[in-house]
Amino acid sequence: MKNSKEDKTTYSGWDRRAVFRQGLRDGIPVALGYFAVAFSLGITARNAGLGPFQGFLISLLNNASAGEYAGITAIREQVHYAEIVLVTLIANARYLLMSCALSQRFHPDMPFFHRFFIGFDVTDELFGLAIARPGFVEPGYFYGTMTLTILGWSTGTLGGVLAGNALPERIVSSLSVALFGMFLAIIIPPARKNRILAGIVGLGFLSSFVCSLLPVLSSWSEGSRTVLLTVLLSSLAAFFFPVPDDDPQKEKADESHAE
Amino acid sequence: MQNSIWIYILLMSGATYAVRVLPLTLLRKPIRNRFFRSFLFYVPYATLAVMTFPAILHAARSPVAGGAALVLGIVSAWFGAGLFPVALICCASVFLLELFL
Repeated sequence: MKNSKEDKTTYSGWDRRAVFRQGLRDGIPVALGYFAVAFSLGITARNAGLGPFQGFLISLLNNASAGEYAGITAIREQVHYAEIVLVTLIANARYLLMSCALSQRFHPDMPFFHRFFIGFDVTDELFGLAIARPGFVEPGYFYGTMTLTILGWSTGTLGGVLAGNALPERIVSSLSVALFGMFLAIIIPPARKNRILAGIVGLGFLSSFVCSLLPVLSSWSEGSRTVLLTVLLSSLAAFFFPVPDDDPQKEKADESHAE
Repeated sequence: MQNSIWIYILLMSGATYAVRVLPLTLLRKPIRNRFFRSFLFYVPYATLAVMTFPAILHAARSPVAGGAALVLGIVSAWFGAGLFPVALICCASVFLLELFL
């Protein structure tokens, strides 16, 4: 990533077009990855009974891999309306943390309305790009990164719903695991560096597997089990292994899992 | 009675937006509560792990191929492959294995 040479001490001290273009460029590899993964999400959406436009819309409005996967699974299971809200909140809870961190990185003079637009698309990857900016995060940079990535994500989902019908079953079957590959790429590298995270990932796999076999829990929806286990595992970890106060490494850990 | 997919989409999108925009607009100071900060820090790992397994086994046609995708995905992510390469490796392993299964 290039260092911005502009004066960042005043709010208007940078070239807005150059900053936007820089964001656009940094977004290209992310957008390509999004397109491929969203394709697999589109196949999931099609299997849950969503139409092409519904798939497109869900990705356009949510921009969240895990949250959408959890939500689409909930739709397939025709859960109660309140449950899909809870499931989405939990699956997306990490964005709460990222938004908290990101909110510290805006220029004090930045007009307030930008926060409503930036808040539309805080994803693991865009958060990672933004937080890596030297000094303040310019809204124009963030909008640059949003442009192609939202396009890739939503049209990828559209493509998955449409082509899922046309593609041979063998191809569909193999594309269906792309989303899980992305999840693994997010959680495994930090787990390699941090034993507690590795423990959480391992226990997450194990407990989820066990719960899918247990008599009562297996009749729950997948989303409810995810909520229950997430809250349980994270609470236990937070209780026994609290992260140190004002630890600058914490943000670094967020960055590293944000690719 | 069937619940409406449109209402589901609306509720999901509202919840997702709220999670992102509320901290940006309301919480302009860092969260101080240690337990809550730690909890939020651990949540993504727990939730993604729980969602990945055993669901990945049922995602592909053959559970064996799904399991292989899981193992190869973990190994490649462990050795530093990025989002796109790991996803690609998972897909390729299912595709190749299902040729024989």
